Amino acid sequence: MRSSVIIFPGSNCDRDMDVALKKFGFKNQMVWHNDLSIPKSDLIVLPGGFSYGDYLRCGSIASKSKIIKSVIDFANSGGLVLGICNGFQILTETGLLKGILQQNKFLNFICSNVFVKVKDKQNKYFKDLKKDVLKLHIAHNEGNYFCSDDELKSLEDNNQIAVTYCGEDGIENETNNPNGAIKNIAGIFNNSKNVLGMMPHPERMIDKYLSGEDGSLFFKNILDNFK
Amino acid sequence: MKIKVIVTLKNGVLDPQGKAIQQTLNGMNFGNVEDVRQGKYFEIEVKEKDEKKAKSLVDDMCKKLLANLVIEDYKIV
Repeated sequence: MRSSVIIFPGSNCDRDMDVALKKFGFKNQMVWHNDLSIPKSDLIVLPGGFSYGDYLRCGSIASKSKIIKSVIDFANSGGLVLGICNGFQILTETGLLKGILQQNKFLNFICSNVFVKVKDKQNKYFKDLKKDVLKLHIAHNEGNYFCSDDELKSLEDNNQIAVTYCGEDGIENETNNPNGAIKNIAGIFNNSKNVLGMMPHPERMIDKYLSGEDGSLFFKNILDNFK
Repeated sequence: MKIKVIVTLKNGVLDPQGKAIQQTLNGMNFGNVEDVRQGKYFEIEVKEKDEKKAKSLVDDMCKKLLANLVIEDYKIV
């Protein structure tokens, strides 16, 4: 499976993502934001970080960068596009995903391990995933997902909520909501579920000695579903 | 021509920074501050003499970049 990770000025999870993808057998390439085209890929990843210094609004400047047209065309033709953290923020700013990531409710930068519940498995990312609750890592200041009531209803009706913050037991409540996100939302899909944006970092959970392996499950699952 | 734009959060959208500023002001004995909403202010120099045309250009900029209409409103002043 071929993948491309887009690097923006200020991206800082691009190399971690590269390491993770290659570890599980993706043929990954790095693509600079000023390029106009993306090498032939089966998956495009927008990595975490602080693209363009988070100027104006997180992800807003990156969403107008030169490479983005190719990313949008790829997504609209059904290609898999994964945005992690700042990548999720960029995807909402492009309009590929609904809503926006606002500043965390308590104005704090959060860096911690969290549990997320997989809400939908009828898609190429989570289909046949053996676990329902994943332990992943978050590190963000703007992860407080917000959308209008109508958008929320359509996300729910179409099963576009991908992952939600929860406890180890899978219970979603306010205590398990780190940033105030509406309905504990940690990640969502577009309508056809080929575009996934999520705040947690699976690429930080790929080593049992350093962190955990639930991220490994995630990447292996994408590969298994591609075969 | 200089066009000025104010971008604010829509009514009903939580503004934690505004809330923190309000609480701080209250703590500084400005007890009559009931609410604070924080926004952004832009001054945009447009190479255009016709005010109407300049404002219409800036309006387009607001919709496409300066404001995110999911949570923000903008006002050209």
